[in-house]
Amino acid sequence: MTDAHGHAGAHAHAEPQGFIWKYVFSVDHKVIGIQYLVTSLVFLLIGFSMMLLMRWQLAIPTPPDDFDPEKLSLIRSFLNWLFPESMPYGFMDPVFYNQLGAMHGTIMVFLGIVPLGVAAFGNYVMPLQIGAPDMAFPRLNMASYWTFLVGGIVLLASFLAPGGAPQSGWTSYAPLSVVAPAGQTYWLIGMVIIITSSLFGAINFIVTMLNMRAKGLTMGRLPVFCWAQLVTAVLLLLAFPVLEAGAILQLLDRVAGTSFYIPKDLIYGSTVFPRAGGGNPILWQHLFWFLAHPEVYVLLLPPMGIIAEIIATNTRKPLFGYRELVGSMLLIGVLSFIVWAHHMFLSGMRTSLASLFVTTTLTISVPAVAILTCLLMSLRGASIRFNTPMLFALAFLPMFAIGGLTGLPLGFAPTDLHLHDTYYVIGHFHYVVAPGSLIALLGGTYYWYPKMFGRRMSEKLGKIHFWMTVIPMNFVFFPMLIQGMYGMQRRLAVPVEQSHNLPVQGWSLIIGIAAATLFVGQIPFIINFFWSLRSGEAAGENPWNATTLEWACPSPPPHGNFATEPEVFRGPYEYSVPGHKTDYWPQDEAA
Amino acid sequence: MSTIAETNTGISHAKLGTWAFLASEIMLFGGLISAYVILRSGSAHLAVPPRSMMGVPLATFNTFALITSSVTMVLALAAIQEGNIAKFQRWILCTIGGGLIFLCVKAYEYHHKWEEGITISSNLFGSFYYTLTGLHVIHVTGGLFLMAYILWAGTRGDFTPDSHDRVECAGLYWHFVDLVWVILFPILYLL
Ligand code: HEM
Ligand SMILES: [Cu+2]
Repeated sequence: MTDAHGHAGAHAHAEPQGFIWKYVFSVDHKVIGIQYLVTSLVFLLIGFSMMLLMRWQLAIPTPPDDFDPEKLSLIRSFLNWLFPESMPYGFMDPVFYNQLGAMHGTIMVFLGIVPLGVAAFGNYVMPLQIGAPDMAFPRLNMASYWTFLVGGIVLLASFLAPGGAPQSGWTSYAPLSVVAPAGQTYWLIGMVIIITSSLFGAINFIVTMLNMRAKGLTMGRLPVFCWAQLVTAVLLLLAFPVLEAGAILQLLDRVAGTSFYIPKDLIYGSTVFPRAGGGNPILWQHLFWFLAHPEVYVLLLPPMGIIAEIIATNTRKPLFGYRELVGSMLLIGVLSFIVWAHHMFLSGMRTSLASLFVTTTLTISVPAVAILTCLLMSLRGASIRFNTPMLFALAFLPMFAIGGLTGLPLGFAPTDLHLHDTYYVIGHFHYVVAPGSLIALLGGTYYWYPKMFGRRMSEKLGKIHFWMTVIPMNFVFFPMLIQGMYGMQRRLAVPVEQSHNLPVQGWSLIIGIAAATLFVGQIPFIINFFWSLRSGEAAGENPWNATTLEWACPSPPPHGNFATEPEVFRGPYEYSVPGHKTDYWPQDEAA
Repeated sequence: MSTIAETNTGISHAKLGTWAFLASEIMLFGGLISAYVILRSGSAHLAVPPRSMMGVPLATFNTFALITSSVTMVLALAAIQEGNIAKFQRWILCTIGGGLIFLCVKAYEYHHKWEEGITISSNLFGSFYYTLTGLHVIHVTGGLFLMAYILWAGTRGDFTPDSHDRVECAGLYWHFVDLVWVILFPILYLL
């Protein structure tokens, strides 16, 4: 914080020369944004591949009657060759299943969606939208990326640890996480590093947005995307340190012989675990969820901001209820700190306490619904442009709605007792983060790609990608809601061992096929991403005829972004203003 | 190349950033202290050692040393606001001295307690004691490096009566570290 660039205006650093300084150790928010974009997309692909292996196992969990180890199918012999110990004959060892599950969750949340929504798009777009030449602390920004990368590598390296990767779930519940093999220590250290990175980022975002807005850009004229980033940054700033505290305690429990989460006389492996004891495993759950509930809004708010931008641009109409949207986001930000224990109704809490958290949880769904309503109402009477980003935005709305609505039965303690830790919960939150957030982030990629690289992505490939993503996704996640209501528990490598799961096992085969299709469906996207870099249609400054400031500088913007400091004269979504010569009125256009 | 001459809030980036950083620090220590309070009131096995074993007089002295170093930090800031570099250097040195005394006493205390059988794994109280004060010690150590840097920058002539943001930010941090101790001292030694 106290670097030599202490003062505003000291950021007019010269453009660096040489490949390394320009593209690798760059302090330019745009380069860092693209570094985050590429890195998090790669992590998403890694996390997805892990899940494909798991879905393979769930699709056919046990050898069929006519199984012959001598005549393995192509897939089975490949898996047998790839993981001879953990997937003999292509059937997964439950310990390996747990490792992949824990790593999938951790990677998707902390190394995939959050860095994509917050760090990639936030870094690239937010300074442009506020008309700033860069972030407030460019070097801290670079440090944030490299810390993030190191944290990610530490997490992945846990596969090489004795005993393999962490296997206690992304929630790392004590006391099992304390007695787990060394991989869990990697997880804890990796998390502390990632928390540090996110702290750097959050400070930077907050200061930049509060301090560096262009002349005339009052908070009331700030695009919704920036508001979403601001609320998110505050959540990261205040919630993550609490998980850090929890992680420090768990780390000490593992390496220093403390017993913060170890009860007195814990029996482990049929002997008493040699510890002073007296700690409480539930304490971990509180510290974890104090972060992890706000974290779900960290996963959600930036995508919502993206959706708002895409919808405003492509309906050619002002957003419905700008103030209500922003107000709801602020309210969500506050309320998200007092709902965390709805994840813990089964931990034996008093019913009076449970009622309190039921109440706060139902309260927070009000602003969430308000946001959705504003976005839906924005479509009313619009002549919509159905380009690829807009398709993703339109798909987001109903699928996020499913995600939100399925949360309500979980928020009521009595119904949650049945649904807790079943596939219903998995279905619920995936509807919010995959068909929800991830869809929005893909839409955002199509929307801002022309700004980042100066060329549009192919609409044709984009539309193929869209349908091959949205349809399989629903076949992946909707059946989980059904399986969960039948009582199928999550985190089981062989669910058919319990007879009550047999009636819904058939869905697992369908999910497996859909997941594989989804994987194939990402190929058009990858091709499109690289092909369009050189061969896409040239975009120009403002390919979508949009109003916000990021479209008022060249694509891609040069070092320092704006040739002259922009000045803002109006709100962010002045579309189809009667009497104006075009159907959009950029924020920086003098009247 | 554009520059933004003034900030929207009228507060410098550095100072706003420092406040944000301290907010997150409050949550970090807040999380740990809450864990301590919860287990202290909720666990049947958190045996608090008798006050005589905790060495209250020495810790009181240490509290005094740290508070004094906060005062000298204020004086250092006042000195730079007058543009008096010599005085600034003197007060920063005193601040560093206060921090060093604190660390030395802490090292002695750790050694002594360990000998007495209060170790990080001996029981829950010991675990919390070393964790909370250990994290605080890390913060004090970081603060001392910060002070050394401020001293060096001031000596180099970086600060003037109307431009000394870094001194103020370092001061905010140092007062925060002091404040944490003022909370830790009673809850670990006295109550
Ligand atoms: C509209 C309001 C929402 C309500 C009422 C709600 C309610 C709940 C409840 C009560 C649980 C715990 C279920 C259990 O473990 O038994 C849960 C789990 C979860 N929710 Fe939501 N939720 C809502 C929105 C969201 C959003 C917006 C996200 C993410 C962006 C999200 C992500 C998650 C995640 C990740 C979990 C599972 C955590 C785990 O156990 O691994 N939820 N939700
Ligand atoms: Cu929650």
